[in-house]
Amino acid sequence: MSSAKPKSGTPGAGRRPARPGGVLLRFLVRRLAAALLLCVGITLVAFTLTQLVPGDPAAANLGQSAVDDPAAVAAFRAKYGLDQPVPVQYLTYIGNVFQGNLGVSQQSHRPVAEDLAEFVPATIELALFAIVLSLVVGVALGVVAAVNRDRWPDQLLRVVSLGGVSMPTFWVALVAFYLLSFKFDLLPGTGRLDPVLSPPPYTTGFYSVDAALAGQWDVMWSALGHLVLPSLVLAVYTVGMLMRFSRASVLEILGNDYVRAARAKGLPERVVIVRHVLRPAMVAIITVAGVAFGSLLSGAVLVEKIFSWPGVGQYAYRSAVNLDLPGIMGVSIVVAGVYILINLLVDLLYGVIDPRIRLT
Amino acid sequence: MGTLLEVEDLTVWLATRNGPRKAVDGLSFRVDSGEVFGIAGESGSGKTMTAMALLGLLPHAAKTSGRAVFEGRDLLAMKPRALRDVRGRNIAMVSQDPSTSLHPMLSIETQVTEHMRHHLGIGRSEARGRAVELLSTVRIPDPERALRAHPAQFSGGMRQRIAIAVALACEPRLLLADEPTTALDVTVQAGILRLLDRLRRERDLAVVVITHDLGVMSAVADRICVMYGGRTAEVGPRETVLTRPRHPYTRGLLDALPHPEGGAATLRPIPGSPPSLGAVPGGCPFHPRCAFAVGSCQEERPEPVLIGTDHRVACPPDPLGGAA
Repeated sequence: MSSAKPKSGTPGAGRRPARPGGVLLRFLVRRLAAALLLCVGITLVAFTLTQLVPGDPAAANLGQSAVDDPAAVAAFRAKYGLDQPVPVQYLTYIGNVFQGNLGVSQQSHRPVAEDLAEFVPATIELALFAIVLSLVVGVALGVVAAVNRDRWPDQLLRVVSLGGVSMPTFWVALVAFYLLSFKFDLLPGTGRLDPVLSPPPYTTGFYSVDAALAGQWDVMWSALGHLVLPSLVLAVYTVGMLMRFSRASVLEILGNDYVRAARAKGLPERVVIVRHVLRPAMVAIITVAGVAFGSLLSGAVLVEKIFSWPGVGQYAYRSAVNLDLPGIMGVSIVVAGVYILINLLVDLLYGVIDPRIRLT
Repeated sequence: MGTLLEVEDLTVWLATRNGPRKAVDGLSFRVDSGEVFGIAGESGSGKTMTAMALLGLLPHAAKTSGRAVFEGRDLLAMKPRALRDVRGRNIAMVSQDPSTSLHPMLSIETQVTEHMRHHLGIGRSEARGRAVELLSTVRIPDPERALRAHPAQFSGGMRQRIAIAVALACEPRLLLADEPTTALDVTVQAGILRLLDRLRRERDLAVVVITHDLGVMSAVADRICVMYGGRTAEVGPRETVLTRPRHPYTRGLLDALPHPEGGAATLRPIPGSPPSLGAVPGGCPFHPRCAFAVGSCQEERPEPVLIGTDHRVACPPDPLGGAA
């Protein structure tokens, strides 16, 4: 796809883009505007769905005796605006969201924004840890498999990646927890910190980062230690997936003329692979990694439950079970926003990897 | 002029579904320093595999036999590591299509300097300075700016000039140019051929030009080897081979060339098509398509024999001997 258009006019090094920065800025503005619309759309879908499911928030949140008391139910409905017509409820909600007010959770009785600020970073921290781990391990093993195509390392790694994508996450989580934490006590099992430590002062919500910023090194090490087991479990699937895609992508690139040209230059094989093969292969790999990050977020619901990780997965689960509308809506917006950000990041990375995308 | 490369009895087996098959079969030729040596033949005649064998870049599971002595060392017997140090430094390659042989995502600077820095152990700024010189040698306008650019920003002809600059970076003694002009416009072709010719004169560089295009040959080659079915049909000085060919296949190739004066009527195609890998006929590989074939052509593999000054032909019946 590189060269289909021979340049007319004077041959030479001409045709620099007018202002690369300006192009990037326009791109970002357009994407963010689209993202905003998408987020509003997501709220509408989530809101409609919560109206369609059977169940009554009042029944779900009030105690048995209160449900039998019509006055208590009416008071509950009035307090959360549930006595208004549905479209009015939605418009009120959207209006509030644009003022930064996500409502009050019916289940924690705290503002949803506060809840999310606490739970979302926990999940993101976990998922980031897992995706970085998956990329490093998955891409490295994929390259090893591709370079040794059809020889024993490739055969062995094929079994490994198949195992990774085939084992159910909840099962891996239970086995890993039992063996590594409970039985042999190699890694801390549950929670984000040792119980004796208190969380670091809130800056980003990532305990490891916040602790480092505050200089609380023992807290930082504890936070990192607690991340290892759940992120390992989360990464099992994505490692297998990224390994397969990396192998395929590297094999495809290896057949290119420019790889033969790089070898004809007498470069060491390591340089050929890292500089000439891996870079173009990364285009396909980061696309898959973006999708994989999404699957990590959904996989986190199970893993958070098993490792008592106070993340957005657990929060979403509790909100859904209790028909906590503001909670469900808040989680939907945040998750949609994360997906949009990841896609944006992937698109920006294309430009970093492939200069042709920057230039056009 | 001394001999730079002496290839003797080179045979290349490629792995196929049906087992190993000979892509090159007992090829011998020599390249003198500073000359342009042309290897001509149709697709599948083993031209490209010959070049790949010399560089040690044959496809997976290919095997070679014979010798290829370059500056006193047999390339075919060298350890991969040692051959890698020859590649790019002493023997460089320019391939057919610069839009696929230049890396689309790396800057021109990286591509021109990376092997210089590796082979010659020079620093970034020195390599950069040499890259600017190289790009002006191959007539790239504004070399400083070109270094920061990427291949997609250049036309096909300019890209091939850059690919030649990449090949010349470590001042090799031998350049293997595999169809260097095939992917280019006719008008651009002439410029690239003139460039190659100038470079070999200025730099004491021997060039092996591999092509199916005898027009390209007549423009640049000092000596020509015509290949058919992985074997030498005829090898000799350009004048002799192109004006007084003694092998029926060479004659056929020349008759199949268009002449500016003649119309389509003067084109005489060679009947049949070249043999595919593993299906090379016994005896003389050309005999099924040869108008002059006699009984012995089907049985005896003809070896090139010296028939004139540096002129060898693998055709014992020699039907064109007295004529031409």
